[in-house]
Amino acid sequence: MGSLNIENVKKAFGPVEVLKGINLEVTDGEFVVFVGPSGCGKSTLLRVIAGLEDSTSGRVVIDGADVSATPPAKRGIAMVFQTYALYPHLTVKNNMGLGLKQAGTPAAEIDRRIGIASSMLSLEPYLERRPAELSGGQRQRVAIGRAVVREPKLFLFDEPLSNLDAALRVNTRLEIAQLHRRLKATMIYVTHDQVEAMTLADKIVVLNAGKIEQIGGPMELYNSPANEFVAGFIGSPKMNFVDGARLGETAKTIGVRPEHLTVDAKSGAWKGTVVHAEHLGADTNLYLDCEKAGLITVRIFGVYNAEPGATLYATPDPAKTYRFGADGRVLK
Amino acid sequence: MSTATRSLPRTIGAHAILLTYTAIALFPVILVIMNSFKSRAGIFGAPLTPPTPGTFDLIGYATVIGQGDFIHYFQNSLVVTVASLFFVLLFGAMAAFALSEYRFRGNSLMGLYLALGIMIPIRLGTVAILQLMVASGLVNTLTALILVYTAQGLPLAVFILSEFMKQVSDDLKNAGRIDGLSEYTIFFRLVLPLVRPSMATVAVFTMIPIWNDLWFPLILAPSEETKTVTLGAQLFLGQFVTNWNAILAALSLAIMPVLILYVIFSRQLIRGITSGAVK
Repeated sequence: MGSLNIENVKKAFGPVEVLKGINLEVTDGEFVVFVGPSGCGKSTLLRVIAGLEDSTSGRVVIDGADVSATPPAKRGIAMVFQTYALYPHLTVKNNMGLGLKQAGTPAAEIDRRIGIASSMLSLEPYLERRPAELSGGQRQRVAIGRAVVREPKLFLFDEPLSNLDAALRVNTRLEIAQLHRRLKATMIYVTHDQVEAMTLADKIVVLNAGKIEQIGGPMELYNSPANEFVAGFIGSPKMNFVDGARLGETAKTIGVRPEHLTVDAKSGAWKGTVVHAEHLGADTNLYLDCEKAGLITVRIFGVYNAEPGATLYATPDPAKTYRFGADGRVLK
Repeated sequence: MSTATRSLPRTIGAHAILLTYTAIALFPVILVIMNSFKSRAGIFGAPLTPPTPGTFDLIGYATVIGQGDFIHYFQNSLVVTVASLFFVLLFGAMAAFALSEYRFRGNSLMGLYLALGIMIPIRLGTVAILQLMVASGLVNTLTALILVYTAQGLPLAVFILSEFMKQVSDDLKNAGRIDGLSEYTIFFRLVLPLVRPSMATVAVFTMIPIWNDLWFPLILAPSEETKTVTLGAQLFLGQFVTNWNAILAALSLAIMPVLILYVIFSRQLIRGITSGAVK
């Protein structure tokens, strides 16, 4: 009851092509995250799905019906915005009920759905308040509640956590994950934060410059990125890229994640000096300036004492080293 | 009071400048009101002194109320001002919404065209306007004045309001669209309340020139039926004899309605009820 097909969708603003032919299939109940750097077109794609922007060409199919020419309210979608976008003049209850009221749903049914949604999001004490009287986290829960009461085929989230502070972000992330488990609804979520993408998604769509770079599960993207961009975007700290020629390799670029490097004080593949050490408690990030490999990051689990200026040897795990060709694609 | 940001001489200096300016700005107004309560001899004998028991006289007000149909003139002025204001705000806001919200071919050109009126005074077109009004049979009607003033007020209104409307959150409008609100509902229920302070600004700037205008009432609607207050006050300005008591009284009375309208709108300027909608 909530599948989505995007067929060759293109979007241009004047001469600027923002989406360059997107094809995507989302099955019922999936949690799909669009992730990419700012300006990659992920928000535009979400707006095209919502019907807030018309695509220049291509089709958007929700539940088997082509909705390319259907207004947003009739597409069976609900959207949660980054800036909450609550109606300032309405109470929490009326904010949540407005969409249903516009659709002509009977009052009793509206009340029933608001009751369910507000207990799910623990919003009952605030139903008669106006948005101005709520905190940021509460406002975003109201915005989510407004989406839930519509019982849409498709939930759309446009960077819903970006305006919240770090602690609330983790909480709300958890709430969204639980919501997905309870409702089993199809959700599409846009973010630039790869942590949100990794933790929430069944399927991640990595976008860059208006094109899909790779689609896959979080671990799939982590373990077998299709190209240099995905490899660099997924994972934190970022993957180290070393010029293949400097290492005497045939590949254009060699990639190795910081956590797949080991360090030793006496011997190893790449000799380097410690530039900086970040002690995070659970792990330690070392920045090494290596003779062969240039500046690289090494992530060591647990505490590791290294003074800036000390000489260390870093050794990549050969099984977890990626080789990229001149076009940026992974060499098998 | 923290001493880090304020010093006594500075505070005194700032207040002295502000008080001087206030005195200069208020002086003519106070002079008019003061003298409107004096007898003719009192006005000419000592124009700068407040009314004393010897010079106090309500003859001016008596003349204004008694002679000429001043209540009617007031009514005309009020109808013209309020109606023009209503249309300027309504059409100005709608045009501003269209310009700021929708992408269409020639959008910025249209914006420029609508703002052109700020630079070209509408009085340049007086002859053409008069011919137009004669042809359409609108001479000596309040409708003629309302139409002209609406045209006169629109450019500034569109210009200011479209700037403010660009600042209204897109997310809010999109949320309304997803909830199935029509574009009109989005405009009237979501956007207009958020730009209310700027609407008040536009209202104040539009209202005062309309209320004070003499030019168009004189040309387009000089009949007894359609006289406005400013035109009505001319009654007492004679070529040989001027009834100063009556003029000053009429002017004093004419200040009141604009003052009341101004107070209403300036409240809106101050009110910050819209915070909390987004962020």
